[in-house]
Amino acid sequence: MNISEIKSKIESALPGVSVKIVSQSLLVEKPGNLTRVVRYLKDSPEFRMDYLASVTGADYLDYLESVYHLYSMAKKTGPIVLRVRVRRDEPKIPSLARIYRGAEFQEREAYDLFGILYENHPDLRRLFLWEGFEGFPLRKDYLQEDSEILEAEDIQWLEEHGIPIPEDIRKQAHELKQQGLRALAQKPTKESGV
Amino acid sequence: MAFAKNISAIDQGIKNELAQKGIVIATLNDLYNWGRRSSLWPMQFGLACCAIEMIATACARYDIARFGAELFRPSPRQADFMIISGTVTKKMAPLLVRLYNQMPEPKYVLTMGACAISGGPFIDGYNVLRGIDRYIPVDVHLPGCPPRPEALLYGLIQLQKKIDSQEIEKCEWYQKGLKRVYPVPEYGPHGLIPKYNPEVWRPRQEELRKQRYGQPILTGKKTKAPHLDVVTTAPSS
Repeated sequence: MNISEIKSKIESALPGVSVKIVSQSLLVEKPGNLTRVVRYLKDSPEFRMDYLASVTGADYLDYLESVYHLYSMAKKTGPIVLRVRVRRDEPKIPSLARIYRGAEFQEREAYDLFGILYENHPDLRRLFLWEGFEGFPLRKDYLQEDSEILEAEDIQWLEEHGIPIPEDIRKQAHELKQQGLRALAQKPTKESGV
Repeated sequence: MAFAKNISAIDQGIKNELAQKGIVIATLNDLYNWGRRSSLWPMQFGLACCAIEMIATACARYDIARFGAELFRPSPRQADFMIISGTVTKKMAPLLVRLYNQMPEPKYVLTMGACAISGGPFIDGYNVLRGIDRYIPVDVHLPGCPPRPEALLYGLIQLQKKIDSQEIEKCEWYQKGLKRVYPVPEYGPHGLIPKYNPEVWRPRQEELRKQRYGQPILTGKKTKAPHLDVVTTAPSS
C-alpha cells in the first residue's frame, strides 16, 4: 500500500487526526493522537499491524523524536513507520505498552538514554544505566565527564578507602572544586575537522 | 653458624648438555613453577565478542588444554587466572573488581582485546570503561579486535614465562603486607567513582591521542542535525 493511501485511510477513519508524510514515514502531528492511530492500525482489518518491532528515540536539537516500526505478522506486510515529535523541555508521549507489551522495555530504553517521558507507562525506570545517573547521555547537549581527571568526590572516596593520593591529583581536584567546575570531556571543534 | 647465600644457578649450557644425555637437572623453583604454569584455572566469563575467540581457543581445534588452562571455573574462588575477554562497561566494572578480589592468590589477569585494554572503539563513550587496568593490576595485555585464538595462546605463553620468572622465596603472595584486594568502585551520577585508582593506574603525562588527532577526546560530531524534508507526494513504489 502506498504511503499516501495509508495517510488518507488513517485520516478518514480518525477524524481530527492529522498525519504528515516525512520521507516514507508518517508524522503524527499531535503526540496525544498516537494511541488512537496505533490502535486503529492494530485493530482495523485492513492493516492488522500486530507487531511493534522497535521504538527509537532521536534528538534533532530542536525537538525530540520517537520512531515506531509496525509490522503485520498476520498479513506479512510492513513496516509502517510512525514518528512523533515533542518539545525538548516537555518530552511527553503516550505510552504504547498497554497496546503492545513489547513496547515496555523499548520505551524504558528511550527514556533511559533520551529522557522521553512515556505517559501511562507501567514501570518507567532506567534500563541500562543505574539509578542515580544524572542526565540522558544520548541527548546532544549531554556533557560527558573527563575520565582522566579526578574530582572532589573521587578524592573523598579514595580517602575513605585509605588509598594514598598523589599531591598533584589532590591539588587539581581542589582547584576544580574551588572554581565550581566539573571535569568535562572536550567537545570537538570545527578546527579539529572531525 | 653462618650460611652462605645460595646463589648457585644452573648454567643453561650444562643443563642442555646433560639433557641430551638423558639427565635432567631442575631446581625446586623450576619444578614449582612448572607445576603452577601448567595448571592455570581460568575464570569462566565472557563480556563481548572476544569471548567467542576465547571459546574457540578452549575448543578442540586450538585446544587451550595443551597449555594446561582448560579448566574454566564458574566461581572466582576456584580460579586463579582471569581472562577479561571483551568490553568492560562502567556498569560491569565494579563486578569485575569484586570477582578479582575474591580470587585466591596467586592470581593473574589477562586483558583480551582493545576494549578491555583501553576502551577500544568505544573509548569516547559515556558507558565504557577505558581499560580495566584502572582498577586492578593486569599481567598481560593482549591487543586485537578481537585477537585470534593463536594470539590468546601466545598471551598465555607470555604469562607462563612470567610465572617461570618468579621465585618461591621472593614471590609476592608469600610476603607480608601484600595487598591485592582493591576497593570496588561505585556508581556515581556521571560515571564511576572514582574514575581510576591512582594506586594502580595513572594517566599518561603526554597525551598521545592529542598529539595524533589534535585533541584529547572526541565525543562525536555534534553539529546541527539536518531537518528531514517534508515530502508531500510519495515516491512511486
